[in-house]
Amino acid sequence: MDFTLSSDQALIKDSVDRFITDNYSQQQRAKLVASPDGFSREHWAQFASLGWLGIAFPEDRGGFGGSAIETMILAEAFGRGLVLEPFVPSVVLGGTALAHGGTTQAHHDLLEAMIGGEKLLTFAYSEERSRYDYRTIETYARTDGSDLIVSGKKLAVPFGAAADTYVVTVRTSGEKHDTRGATVVLIDRDMPGVTRHDYQTVDDRRASTITFDSVRVPAANVLGELGDGMELIRLIIDTGLGAVAAEAVGNTSALLRRTVEYLKTRKQFGVPIGSFQALQHRAVDMLIQAELARSITYFGTMKLVDSSSPEERMKALSATKVQIARSGRIVGESAIQLHGGIGMSEEYVIGHFFKRISMIELELGDVDFHLARYVELGKRATDGVASVVADLVGLGAVAGV
Amino acid sequence: MDLAFTPAEHAFREEVRAFIGAELPSDVRTKVQAGTELTKADYVAWQGKLNAHGWLAPNWPEQYGGTGWSVVQKHIFEEELALGWAPRNIPFGVSMVAPVIIEFGNDEQRANYLPRILKSQDWWCQGYSEPEAGSDLASLKTRAERDGDHYVINGQKTWITLAQFANMIFVLARTDPKAKKQEGISFILVDMTTPGVTVRPIVTIDGGKEINEVIFENVRVPVANRVGKEGEGWTYAKFLLEHERNGTAGVAGSFQLLERLRAVARKQHVNGGTLLDDERFSERVATVEIELTALSYAQMRSLAAESSGKRPGPESSFIKITGTEIQQAITTLMMEASAASAIDPAEHSALWYFNMRKTSIYAGSNEIQRNIIAKRILGL
Repeated sequence: MDFTLSSDQALIKDSVDRFITDNYSQQQRAKLVASPDGFSREHWAQFASLGWLGIAFPEDRGGFGGSAIETMILAEAFGRGLVLEPFVPSVVLGGTALAHGGTTQAHHDLLEAMIGGEKLLTFAYSEERSRYDYRTIETYARTDGSDLIVSGKKLAVPFGAAADTYVVTVRTSGEKHDTRGATVVLIDRDMPGVTRHDYQTVDDRRASTITFDSVRVPAANVLGELGDGMELIRLIIDTGLGAVAAEAVGNTSALLRRTVEYLKTRKQFGVPIGSFQALQHRAVDMLIQAELARSITYFGTMKLVDSSSPEERMKALSATKVQIARSGRIVGESAIQLHGGIGMSEEYVIGHFFKRISMIELELGDVDFHLARYVELGKRATDGVASVVADLVGLGAVAGV
Repeated sequence: MDLAFTPAEHAFREEVRAFIGAELPSDVRTKVQAGTELTKADYVAWQGKLNAHGWLAPNWPEQYGGTGWSVVQKHIFEEELALGWAPRNIPFGVSMVAPVIIEFGNDEQRANYLPRILKSQDWWCQGYSEPEAGSDLASLKTRAERDGDHYVINGQKTWITLAQFANMIFVLARTDPKAKKQEGISFILVDMTTPGVTVRPIVTIDGGKEINEVIFENVRVPVANRVGKEGEGWTYAKFLLEHERNGTAGVAGSFQLLERLRAVARKQHVNGGTLLDDERFSERVATVEIELTALSYAQMRSLAAESSGKRPGPESSFIKITGTEIQQAITTLMMEASAASAIDPAEHSALWYFNMRKTSIYAGSNEIQRNIIAKRILGL
């Protein structure tokens, strides 16, 4: 185990930091928010040419052989810079689906096109009656000859208007909650029967509600196995959780840095407000939470790279999401409070970080969802610290299940 | 950056686990599991096993008996000790006074005291706090007046953990009453069998008799027992406190406490299942366990950030704050898990809860730690 960046990793960090300094002033960002796509296609082409879009994928899939650690380095920087480009939806969620579920040359070609910046992907799983539970799928796909006919509705799909192809969770058999019957399919934005309601999100990104009305999808568009896609879905979600956690780490470190700067410069009663102990202690609590968020993100990233079982990985990523969400809320709310009135102003940058960290809290499952998943996995756990102790003291499985 | 354990690190874990399995006396393990108090003999027996294996003082430089382990190895070692239900490390000798003697003492002191610590021939305790000097430690009043080759010590020290087991105490005493507050303090090693030293127990709110006050009445101590320079004791005291903080976070021990909590909850029946099946309760336990997981990585990062041999930085304050809050949260859950029976002292859980209130107070209260972080890390 080694917490220092390798020279290659340090190069990535330097180049992404430079990109943000050059391209993400508040004014530059505001222009992108107001642009038709809500981000810059030029920036995206630059990401591709710098190799960032393929960094975590194996070389035989057109990537550069990195891992979740490189994804973490990039996502953290994007969080620090409030970057708008759809890195997590297209690269992390969409790319993971193709890299792990791709079985045909066409799938491999699509991944390469995504890595090259020619195609944008996104991931559609949330539904009106599922909240965050990816196992609840009521978008049905029935077989018709060699095609699937897909009908249903997906909510809060990130960058649905810009993405060329959607990675969609559908049900090919079974009932609402069944694990069997879950399938991952590729559906192009422009296929007949696909309609969208696009909107700008509360944190200035883009998202869509997407309705599939008897969309005819060739069987070749199935990723992984028909009816056996649940582990692929979990892997997509977990990999995404690692990246949003890293984004949250960048965001919270920016909130902390900017808040401490403000405490040093803002004067009231003739002194910098940072000289008041009540505010100092609140700032220290922000630092503690930012450090906990970073530490759990290292843990989660480690388990993405090196887990002995899917259950161990899922439990670790649920832990990661719970902690970054709890820490992020404390850091975000404290940052606004310590800024006072200016923290409420749309013109001032701190509120934009706050809005983003608040929405990260809800991405890919909130605290309640992941606490429940963590507890459930703990009951079944056969690994990890808890069960090791349970074995040693002869108490049996953790929850007696 | 490589966040996975290497095969060598996995092998080291196995080695440590096998050692504990073979060497930890089973009656001691049973006591630790049950949370019953250990005797001095229990501690000494286990320290003897560790020392015979060369593992009692992993943090010392190798020349004095350290192990030369990496930060990750030390982390694994601590974790395995907790998982194997080994007794807690008694820090006063091996983790507190020894680093000060190694860093600031002379060769004679190193040759005399360090082997005695390794062989458990000395049991040290800490003479820092006084009735009028708590968070404001530098206002201490205990005097050490020079009389030829001796200091004559008068004063009162308090909150001294396990002084009843100790034969040695390290004392912060004022050697120059005219100097400014932090100056004029010296760091002196006192043999507690010297005439004029009195130990009195202080009963704590949980009924425990672990802590004491120690009174010094005209106690004559050779000047040779002073560590480092006269009047520089405050510097050594701060060095020691930073070492102390990393230990007081109790990260590995909290994983142990969580298992005890689960054992308590498993015996409680609610809605046809055990308390561990209760959604609300199990999610509260999970929240604490997750934060503890984060903290254990934070601690590893903090230790890794120190280049080897360097003193711990102010970030050890943050580890102390969160670590002690977690210890308290677990014992709160433990008391709640016991339900109405918590009123029975034999149940222990309320007593643990009472006892653990000390953790956010000792080794510099958590508010003092926040002051330190605000000043030294945030620059406020």
